[in-house]
Amino acid sequence: MRKFFLFFPFVAFSILSVVLYVQIGKDANYMPSALIGQTVPEFTLVSLTDDELVSNKDLPNQPYLINFWGTWCAACHVEHPYLVQLARSGVVIVGVDYKDKKSLAEQWLNKKGDPYRYVLMDELGHFGVDMGITGAPETFVVDSQGVVVYRHQGEINAQNWPVIEGYLQ
Amino acid sequence: MHPLRRKRLIIIIAILLILSSAVGLVMFALQQNINLFFSPTQIASGEAPQQATIRAGGVVVEGSVKRDPQTLYVSFDVTDYQYSMTIEYLGILPDLFREGQGIVAQGSMMANGVFKATQVLAKHDEEYMAPEVSDALKNAQSKRVTVTESALSY
Amino acid sequence: MFPELGQFSLILSLFFALSLAVLPLVGYWKGNRLLLETARPLTLIMSMLVLVGFISLCIAFLSDDFSVLYVAQNSNTQLPIWYKVSAVWGSHEGSLLFWVLILCGWCSAVALKIRTLPADVGPIVLAVLGIVCVGFLSFLLFTSSPFVRILPDAPLDGGDLNPLLQDFGLIVHPPVLYMGYVGFSVAFAFAVAALITGNLNASWARWARPWTAASWAFLTLGITLGSWWAYYELGWGGWWFWDPVENASFMPWLSGTALLHSLAVTEKRGVFKSWTVLLAIFTFSLSLLGAFLVRSGVLTSVHSFAADPTRGVFILGLLIVLIGGSLLLYAIRAAQVRSTVSFGLSGREAWLLLNNILLTVLTLTVLLGTLYPLLFDVLGLGKISVGAPYFNAVFSPIALLLMVFMAVGPLSRWHQTSANALLVPCVIAVLVSVSVSAGLVYLLGFGVTAFISLAVAMWVVVLSFYDWFSKVSAGTKGIIPRARQLPRNYYGMLLAHLGMVVTLVGIVLVTVNSEESMLRLSPGDQATVAGYEFRFDRVEQLKGPNYLSSKGQFTAYKEGKQVAVLYPEKRFFTTRQQVMTEAALDAGFTRDLYVSLGERVDEQAWGVRVYVKSFVRWIWLGGLLMMAGGLLAALDKRYRKRARAI
Repeated sequence: MRKFFLFFPFVAFSILSVVLYVQIGKDANYMPSALIGQTVPEFTLVSLTDDELVSNKDLPNQPYLINFWGTWCAACHVEHPYLVQLARSGVVIVGVDYKDKKSLAEQWLNKKGDPYRYVLMDELGHFGVDMGITGAPETFVVDSQGVVVYRHQGEINAQNWPVIEGYLQ
Repeated sequence: MHPLRRKRLIIIIAILLILSSAVGLVMFALQQNINLFFSPTQIASGEAPQQATIRAGGVVVEGSVKRDPQTLYVSFDVTDYQYSMTIEYLGILPDLFREGQGIVAQGSMMANGVFKATQVLAKHDEEYMAPEVSDALKNAQSKRVTVTESALSY
Repeated sequence: MFPELGQFSLILSLFFALSLAVLPLVGYWKGNRLLLETARPLTLIMSMLVLVGFISLCIAFLSDDFSVLYVAQNSNTQLPIWYKVSAVWGSHEGSLLFWVLILCGWCSAVALKIRTLPADVGPIVLAVLGIVCVGFLSFLLFTSSPFVRILPDAPLDGGDLNPLLQDFGLIVHPPVLYMGYVGFSVAFAFAVAALITGNLNASWARWARPWTAASWAFLTLGITLGSWWAYYELGWGGWWFWDPVENASFMPWLSGTALLHSLAVTEKRGVFKSWTVLLAIFTFSLSLLGAFLVRSGVLTSVHSFAADPTRGVFILGLLIVLIGGSLLLYAIRAAQVRSTVSFGLSGREAWLLLNNILLTVLTLTVLLGTLYPLLFDVLGLGKISVGAPYFNAVFSPIALLLMVFMAVGPLSRWHQTSANALLVPCVIAVLVSVSVSAGLVYLLGFGVTAFISLAVAMWVVVLSFYDWFSKVSAGTKGIIPRARQLPRNYYGMLLAHLGMVVTLVGIVLVTVNSEESMLRLSPGDQATVAGYEFRFDRVEQLKGPNYLSSKGQFTAYKEGKQVAVLYPEKRFFTTRQQVMTEAALDAGFTRDLYVSLGERVDEQAWGVRVYVKSFVRWIWLGGLLMMAGGLLAALDKRYRKRARAI
């Protein structure tokens, strides 16, 4: 009987750690994006590379990522090499250069490599507001039907990529 | 009863008494004081109870902040990009309150569908910087350049 | 260059920590004296290496080395130099390194004092501390190294330190708080060492006591500083928010207080042995849990660090190994311990048992309130928050009850107390406290809660002085020599208990006697709050080193006489584009005048908070007294005796 009681703290702690484990990774600040399950909002933006107008119909027909970035954003510096690596392995990424200047963005891509299928210039940030982003970098996963299935806030790296990759398939 | 047994019994009863009254107190206080969170969509679909203290939150809609010219009364809309709702508040908004910024308000729904807040909290995310930071960074850099330039000219 | 040196010496220190965690234990099992004796030098070398790592990071900050990611994120060329130093522990990675540094500081202190312990106990204690060090060092190195470089193109300037942290309070608050948090790992190490060696007699309690008292004192000071900082820096004049991060520091304090008392019983009477061991583990677990809650992002809070799931998983793993392991060890080994000494229900043991039950219940209610939103979410019941009303409703009555018993404990004698010895002082104390409190409440027009609380405060004061006086006046020597003879331990207790009273009085009066108003004021306007006339003179624009400021000027009058001129500020930090409120205070022994600028509501008018806070300083004054009491108890002469050679 007494022995049984001595195990009680251990058992209570085990239960607590299960609860804590389940809760890790859920962002307590997370506001579920209302875009999940919807198609990408209407937009018409200028492409960085060729100054052509790009709209929804030009989006890829296969699963892809929409990645919001900017040359002003420190975390994007860290994220960029990983995106280049992903693009090499065949992941389609549409970049949105958010609240940024064209010349700086060109410099950046020349210097660090260009992982993007094409880069849209969202200088005023309207598209960002439509997508409901809260900062950069921020990445959306869109499936082959053009429906947003996942949103990732913050940089993509080797640790969190498996989760995102899961949604991409 | 054996005196040792009796003493143990008294101790156990005392512990149980304290514990059970504490549990009762906790249950009572929890019932009164937990606040559920609702998104504008949930509120629009009528999920939120009226008159009960709840929390609601979303992103402050650009251009929706209206102030009363005489008092500290303020109203603004928040959205989850699907539905919007109006929040009214009498008091001082937090420093981090800004249009386009996520906020959480505590208060209750009134019959007219307006959320009456008793407390407004704004959250600042540290993980990544707001776009405006860039300009500041650039400013700081250019300032640094001008400082060196002026130093050179002397 | 320095970042690499720092990284390298941290990796090296991890190896020393690993050896420290293993060698003495092997030595213990094999009976190898030589291996046991490696513990001391290993500890000292490990600590030196961590210190080198820490200094390297400081140098990176001071030399504006923005090629280091952590520096780039948390510093800026324009940041004043003292904030560059405190920015070292301003965010997750650096504060974790700082945590490890302090842990090593405690380890070294134990290592240096190792000769006060028997030859086979000291090394085991150090080995357990070594295991803790391994955990935190690998957490630091594998998930959150502060030395990561952003090369080749490093930014020209950094993102600046979070403006909330650019403040004196935040330079001193984290170090002191960590001293407390981490200090409990020493008591934990003693407990686990006792379980490992099976040597659960009263002596381990005596060794652990001064360490526990010292870390308790630091934690008390840390919490006090945190509360003071929140009061003047967060700009809304609250001194305690029941925020998860505050609770994270408060829970180990509560159970540490229980531990302090239960150690006394175990040392003096040899009872509650296995309970004390459990409490030591529990207290340290709560420190770790606090670190987990702050760093894993599972709870929202104003103070928490940015969330990262990997870190969360790692630190949870750490928790499971350290806490789960020690609890399992406890379950297996504690069964062998039996208290052979019995105690009477009227003795001091019983009062301290009551103290322990109440403190544990308090800890559990705070724990429950903190974790309840998590439980709710895990069970899929929705997102909730548990507000301050819950904590106030549950905490206050139990804490008041605790204080009632707190005064009686010292009066009682070990084993058995005659009813008369308690009855007389208690009757006197009841009469005095009830009449004084009733008089005060009647004169000032307070309510029932204030009456009860003030009566409890009086009750503790009367009984404490009665106890001191009866101890001093006994015998023939005269009062002053007797008073000198009483141990520091006793004065420490007296001071800590009176500190509780001072804090209680502060809390009660600030709650019932303060006046707070939020006003819309333009320069030239006047407002009256609690008999003070506040005139809003003007607002000027100023430029600080890394911010722009709107500085208001208020003049406060009482009955036509000028009392104070207050300068609340609204600072705009240019790099982070963040606005901070600097409240202006006129501090006083019985009241604080508190003015803070809210938002500017139109061209002229500002939302302004004008508070007159009654006796708010007493809250922190009490904290300081408690800390002094803890230190005094830690420095008691009895603990400095060397262990007899075995």
